[in-house]
Amino acid sequence: MDSIIFLIFRRMRPPLITLLLVYTVSILGLTLIPGQDADGNVWHMDFFHAFYFVSFMSTTIGFGEIPYEFTDAQRLWVLLSIYASVIAWLYAIGTILSLVQDKTFKQAVAENKLARHIRDMREPFYLVCGYGETGSALVRGLTDVGYHVVVIEIDEQRSQIIKLENLRDYVPTLHGDARKPLHLQEAGLQHPQCQGVVAVTNDNEANLKIAITSKLLHPHINVICRADSHDYEKNMASFGTDHIIDPFDTFATYLATAIEEPCLYLLQMWLYSGNEEVRLEEPVYPPRNKPWIICGFGRFGKAVYQRLKKEGNDIIVVEARPDLTGLPAGGVVEGRGTEAETLMQAGVEQAAGLIAGTDNDANNLSIVVTARELNPELFFIVRQNYSDNSAIIRAVNADMVMQPSRIIADKIRVLLATPMLNEFVSLAYHQDNEWACELVSRISALVVRHAPQLLEIVIDDEQARAVVDVLNGGQKVYLKDLLRDPWKRRDHLNCIVLMMQRDDERIPLPGDETELRIGDRLLFCAGRSGFTRLEWNLQHDNVLSYVRLGRVEKHGWLWSKLTKK
Amino acid sequence: MNPEKVVFGFFIVLSLTLNFGFFIGEIDNPDHHHVYELFAVVIVNLIATILKFGDRSQMGAVLLATSLAAMIQLIAATLVWTFAVHISQTGLTPVVMASIVSLSGGAMLANVISVILLIIETVMLRR
Repeated sequence: MDSIIFLIFRRMRPPLITLLLVYTVSILGLTLIPGQDADGNVWHMDFFHAFYFVSFMSTTIGFGEIPYEFTDAQRLWVLLSIYASVIAWLYAIGTILSLVQDKTFKQAVAENKLARHIRDMREPFYLVCGYGETGSALVRGLTDVGYHVVVIEIDEQRSQIIKLENLRDYVPTLHGDARKPLHLQEAGLQHPQCQGVVAVTNDNEANLKIAITSKLLHPHINVICRADSHDYEKNMASFGTDHIIDPFDTFATYLATAIEEPCLYLLQMWLYSGNEEVRLEEPVYPPRNKPWIICGFGRFGKAVYQRLKKEGNDIIVVEARPDLTGLPAGGVVEGRGTEAETLMQAGVEQAAGLIAGTDNDANNLSIVVTARELNPELFFIVRQNYSDNSAIIRAVNADMVMQPSRIIADKIRVLLATPMLNEFVSLAYHQDNEWACELVSRISALVVRHAPQLLEIVIDDEQARAVVDVLNGGQKVYLKDLLRDPWKRRDHLNCIVLMMQRDDERIPLPGDETELRIGDRLLFCAGRSGFTRLEWNLQHDNVLSYVRLGRVEKHGWLWSKLTKK
Repeated sequence: MNPEKVVFGFFIVLSLTLNFGFFIGEIDNPDHHHVYELFAVVIVNLIATILKFGDRSQMGAVLLATSLAAMIQLIAATLVWTFAVHISQTGLTPVVMASIVSLSGGAMLANVISVILLIIETVMLRR
């Protein structure tokens, strides 16, 4: 910003000096050329009148000749001066106007304004670098649950798009290169309220640079990175990046889970889906211990291949350029997979599942359509590279869709907004499928068609004042009390507790008889707008007393004061 | 040789020399201080000030500051002159002349500092 102001000043030098010189010559000429006063005496104009005359000369030509009528010599001089000064003024004003409209200048002014806005932020916020497919999904997810976000985007058009997104919160967007520490600082990296940095640009190198910069300049901050190469992941992990998310590995894990433990997969998908407008996913049952065909042996193909191989599945790989991607252990069928011939070679008629995993959406669709003609019974998994293609991908009606940007966005949103959910899911991975199936059926009783809502509550003064009051009074509060309907205490609230965290102990699905203590963290799961009544139980003395004991004990603040005396 | 530096140095030195030319003489004698000289001093100082715009260095900032100080005093001097001759009609009495010249003397001091800074900068330039 500073440099641009200096540049503006520097560029103002020539017009200002031109103007000054024209004034000087005009004034000097007027004082030197002899005139005549009213009586015909020779008279020399002084500097005061000359400056006065020149000042209004070019702007109001014809204002009059003062203090005495001019001689012809003076008129000739004024004539020349008028032309010179009008041109000088036009030049000066034109230059100044063009400077003000200058793109770099405007951008510098906007950047300065934005930096000031970010400096003045008083509430916690997250810094999201990269507003591509992932970034936009993440920003929407975070603002929907009430977090503040600042975005850095390198592409100017995309950084403008955010204004049209109709987000719930104002999202300051810096148009700049997040690889440069200066831009990260301007966007508030070192701001005390900055809670975390999320690097989701489409460039591994840039994400790495952002992670290093963030960890060096603000060491205690939470840094989450997207990476899709194992080299970069190791590099990022080496200096303490908190979470590294690889969309391909993540999906491979999901797929393996879906094959081995379909309920656990469904549970995770439901809990991760976020916004309550999202429709619930249907359960999927990918075939197990039957041959799979993977089309495309890129980063995605490799991740899925290794994972499925580990689980003991037979896999045939179809790849157009095996010289570039490398060969899997079992050999490869050469071809794109969009032609029937290649698919036949790969044994599509005997296969149970097909993964269309190239980095080209049109090819993936073509693979699915061709393969379906050959073997309609196949289980189809499609990789969707661009969210613009949602409509056509949905139209082929694949069993599973792998969309890298959505996987990353969901995962990061969970990590930032409901970290307990992330812990709960990793605990759930240690449970068996029956456990997950039971929980899925409990959740499906809560929700109708839309995604379950999640809420983290800490038993403290701010989030559960009434409970804290009762506990401080030496009485006990059980979990079942909180889950009673404040309108009719015999009814159960439309809500379950997924996990309780007490000190360092994590208890999944705590029982109804669990006693609450101050400082406990609870992860609730409820159907649509299921938390409204829960909040009453947590915050309102009378309501809590009713759900606990079946009667209202104290009255208002005034009444309880009066009755005490 | 940098032509920009030549022009820059020229105007800074010229503003000091012209200022000195106007300042020298009996302080309250109007015959020793000509109005055209004051005009030249004001114009050359203005040019020097504009030339100092947009320099990022610390030296540039101080140079601009000295020029602004000189300008304020010179403009004050011209205002006193204009007031005395045209508005109050007292004419160039010794009192008025003395205050005009002493104001220009103050401006000259600022110009001296400018030139000293210029010399320091030149000396520190190692090549």
